[in-house]
Amino acid sequence: MGMNPLPSRKLVMKKEDVPQHGGLTAGCREVNYAVDADGNYSLELSVGWEAKNATLRQAWEAIVERLHLVLEEINAGHKSPLAYHMVKNQMDVSLLAQYSGFARWRVRRHLKPQVFKRLRSAVLTVYADLFRISIAQLQQVPDQPDLCIEDMSSSGTPL
Amino acid sequence: MNINFSHRQSAHCESGVTANLLNHYGLECSEALVFGIGGGLFFAYAPFIRLNFLPLTTFRTAPGSIFKKAGKRLGITTRQQRFKNPVAAEQELDRLLANGCPVGAQTGVFWLPYFPPAYRFHFNGHNLVVIGKERDEYLISDPIFEQPVRCASADLRQARFAKGALAPQGRIYYIESLPGNIDLSQAIISGIKDVCRVMLSTPVPVAGVRGINFLARRIVKWPARLGEKRTLQHLGHIVRMQEEIGTGGGGFRFIYAAFLQEAAALTHNAALLPLSQRCTVIGDNWREFALLAARVCKGRAKLVPTVADLAQRLEELAVAEKSLYQDLQSAIAGYSIKGRE
Repeated sequence: MGMNPLPSRKLVMKKEDVPQHGGLTAGCREVNYAVDADGNYSLELSVGWEAKNATLRQAWEAIVERLHLVLEEINAGHKSPLAYHMVKNQMDVSLLAQYSGFARWRVRRHLKPQVFKRLRSAVLTVYADLFRISIAQLQQVPDQPDLCIEDMSSSGTPL
Repeated sequence: MNINFSHRQSAHCESGVTANLLNHYGLECSEALVFGIGGGLFFAYAPFIRLNFLPLTTFRTAPGSIFKKAGKRLGITTRQQRFKNPVAAEQELDRLLANGCPVGAQTGVFWLPYFPPAYRFHFNGHNLVVIGKERDEYLISDPIFEQPVRCASADLRQARFAKGALAPQGRIYYIESLPGNIDLSQAIISGIKDVCRVMLSTPVPVAGVRGINFLARRIVKWPARLGEKRTLQHLGHIVRMQEEIGTGGGGFRFIYAAFLQEAAALTHNAALLPLSQRCTVIGDNWREFALLAARVCKGRAKLVPTVADLAQRLEELAVAEKSLYQDLQSAIAGYSIKGRE
């Protein structure tokens, strides 16, 4: 058997070491693997780990930032409201094309304000149904990004 | 028409689904055992595949392979189907449920309403078991959750036909029959051999132990190549892939250590026990790597010197994992020919 070259910086993952840092999971608990006092593996429930919450928050912050940028473009008249709903649903042109069934070049056209304004309701319905909003909601955008993620602000857990 | 199905929560969706299905048909086995037999452990850093605009880092094999390989190694007759037509997909699911057969399904997380909103990304490799239908609602044993959940049939249809990378195409899978005699030891040995093989000798440099070294070399270049902000996003993405719901912590290394512990008892091979402990230490070191990376993301540690530290930890992990798989190979060498048809 070769030696384990890893320095053991701390003790192995123990039952009592399974982190319980809440936030983001809306109360859902997940299974973590940890060893008990006898060195046997057992399944422990965890409400979260701050390292993970921090990076999950970071991913949502990136989406919120993209939403801010797209709102600026829409207000400047460069993009149609469809662009906002696309970004809000974490899609790009290619994914939106696959979901809507429209060719990519058509989706790209629909992102232009002049084209979007004149779209038939049959086309609008496809997008509205996909995003699960009404046509009226599809045609407008909020002043500020409206993602409904709870507890986006950093929790007090130290890292 | 609800099937009497015993729901057990697990860390990882696909091995949990497979274990729960096997238990339903009377083969007692844990999630970790299924994960190990199915050869689920892996590593790859594939910058040419993008997930949410960021390079793919994975700690497990491709979705679907654990069920397929575990089934094959245990000698179980399994069946899987994909569909073009969502209506046909739903009819087939309903028909199987009416026959009392619990059905595994691949879905896209984004469309599952019972997931906490913060977890709803376009990830199409999520597995669950459909165990019943009442009017317009399916009853689902989703191994990530503590209790069975309900899901409107329209939502499940959308999730089964999610688009993009790993599109499930309505994929369902189920167990048709179990053999009378199951050779667990043989299945365990094949599973371990498989993991050692892919981790030590995958021919492409992005996968296996070489993939860990590849990532280490790339990480140090990120600040200069991508700028600070993109680097932080890339680092955060690795941490999420490693610790996101479904890994059991430490990029599946803890689940695998639990498997090795069980395997030692089931194959009467005490040599696997110290290897299980080493696998736990490796998992702990992955956790430390994630913790340090997350501290950088949160602005608690300076990017430039820390990136070198992160790369060094990856190199150490690569060395430790390499020696673990080599020692695993020698620990099971005596079993390799026995009972092979």
